[in-house]
Amino acid sequence: MLSVEVKHARDGFNLDVAFEAPPGITVLFGRSGSGKTTVVNAVAGLLRPDAGRVALKHRVLCDTKNGVCLPPNRRRIGYVFQEGRLFPHLTVRQNLLFGRWFAPRNAPRAELERIVDMLGIGPLLDRRPGGLSGGEKQRVAIGRALLSAPDMILADEPLAALDEARKAEILPYFERLRDETGVPVLYVSHSAAEVARLATTVVVLQDGKTVKQGPAAEILSDPTVMPAGVRAVGALLETRVTAHHADGLSELDAGGIALFLPRIPQAPGERVRVRIAAHEVILSRQKPTGLSALNILPGTIEQIRTGEGPGAMVSLATPAGRILARVTKRSAQALDLQEGGSCYAVVKSVAIAPGDVGGPAAAS
Amino acid sequence: MEGLGPEEWQAVALSLRVSFWATLIALPLALLIAFALARWAFPGKQLLNGLVHLPLILPPVVTGYLLLLTFGTQGPVGGLLQDFGIVLAFRWTGAALAAAIMGFPLMVRAIRLSIEAVDPKLEQAAATLGASRLWVFLTVTLPLILPGLIAGAILAFAKAMGEFGATITFVSNIPGQTQTLPSAIYAFLQTPGGEGPATRLVLISIAIAMAALLLSELLARKAAKRIGGA
Repeated sequence: MLSVEVKHARDGFNLDVAFEAPPGITVLFGRSGSGKTTVVNAVAGLLRPDAGRVALKHRVLCDTKNGVCLPPNRRRIGYVFQEGRLFPHLTVRQNLLFGRWFAPRNAPRAELERIVDMLGIGPLLDRRPGGLSGGEKQRVAIGRALLSAPDMILADEPLAALDEARKAEILPYFERLRDETGVPVLYVSHSAAEVARLATTVVVLQDGKTVKQGPAAEILSDPTVMPAGVRAVGALLETRVTAHHADGLSELDAGGIALFLPRIPQAPGERVRVRIAAHEVILSRQKPTGLSALNILPGTIEQIRTGEGPGAMVSLATPAGRILARVTKRSAQALDLQEGGSCYAVVKSVAIAPGDVGGPAAAS
Repeated sequence: MEGLGPEEWQAVALSLRVSFWATLIALPLALLIAFALARWAFPGKQLLNGLVHLPLILPPVVTGYLLLLTFGTQGPVGGLLQDFGIVLAFRWTGAALAAAIMGFPLMVRAIRLSIEAVDPKLEQAAATLGASRLWVFLTVTLPLILPGLIAGAILAFAKAMGEFGATITFVSNIPGQTQTLPSAIYAFLQTPGGEGPATRLVLISIAIAMAALLLSELLARKAAKRIGGA
């Protein structure tokens, strides 16, 4: 358990956050400029906050009231940077083992072979970072942080510098990190898809303040959490793979309802989380027929929220879980949507991005 | 061409010895000052920077004279050193000091540039992996600035081999004692019939300078390959 309280003022920007990160992956979620990196740097010890307290498993890393502030090298926190920051003069193997030199003798040591296997970087060991691809560099950076025997891992938008294909390459490794190593992770991101795949807990930052924190499914389907923009809002469904069909679709079971989406790599029987973005959902009062969309979920309207703009956010209780739909106020009136009324949510299969599908959270 | 006479050999050997020690002694101090100038903020930083560069701008004779005033047996530092049995004026050690001071700005510049090229983010990364400041310096900064360190050292060595004005002013031109290669060439040229030995020393001087340059290129390329290579 990591607990963080940080106050820091710089160049007219005031950061004032407090949150706790339980085991699993805690995602610090917010737009760029919301203060995420400052928080992470304060946890790592790269930045000394004006005031605050950072404690990890009862170990106080920083407490400005008592004048305690450990330097980064004494915090035992592995940091995966956005740009990798591998040492160019060392081989991949030397990079990986760098932290082990400085780890205390009695620290539980992650086996080099196990980490190398987990990250699939065996063939790279004798190469130098200069010749690695962006995705390979990030995998080595993850391994390097893990092998320093850290009490915690920080990851500051580790995928931001990568293209979509490389992101898809790295995400599963963070899932494995979450599910296999048991090292708690504080992960900075502004991508709802990454949150959906990785987060056990989400802490939402806005303009330097924590506005919301809680379990991933709860936060993501909360329409009031708007810092990442309306398009980021979406529901998170816990499902199980039932079959892969010959026409390239995979079938999932979500609370007894069949969902179809483009082929995913997970095997039948595996649990996966699926994020359904609110703006991809269509609502219908009657059970739709003669429609090309494959996914139709019956439900009851829990809440209709309207704001200043033309949109309305409808949350729908379905057997698969809560679904969020973003429609226009005009449609909501035309359909006579009422809280408590019944309704069907329609989702095109191809609207479910592959990046929004991932393994289950360890703590869920 | 005839071989070198004993006096000429002496000059070559002395120059190599003077330059070697001048470079070796100056290197740690140059590293410290380059690091301070590149990374630290402190009062008097510009003054220090100016002081370091002074020998580059002053006439070498002036530098040599100032050395004589300071480190001569009558000088404040020289007098003190004499009490410990160390005499610099008119000794080869004095020639080494003069050469070191003349090459110092070149050395500091090369090292400073290479330190400024090191991404502090890499050093931060090393710190998060548990390395203390000293270890960060030894395992990350130092290897990364090695090409600059080598370039600075070789530049200073070459400068020391050619140093004339400050040396002759501070330690004079005593064959076998303080007569370095350039002083010897100068002395031969002042003597009727000395053109022969002078030419031989000039050729040797050119050969040593070229060898130093080639060596520095080679080492720098090797180091760069190590850092950036696949």
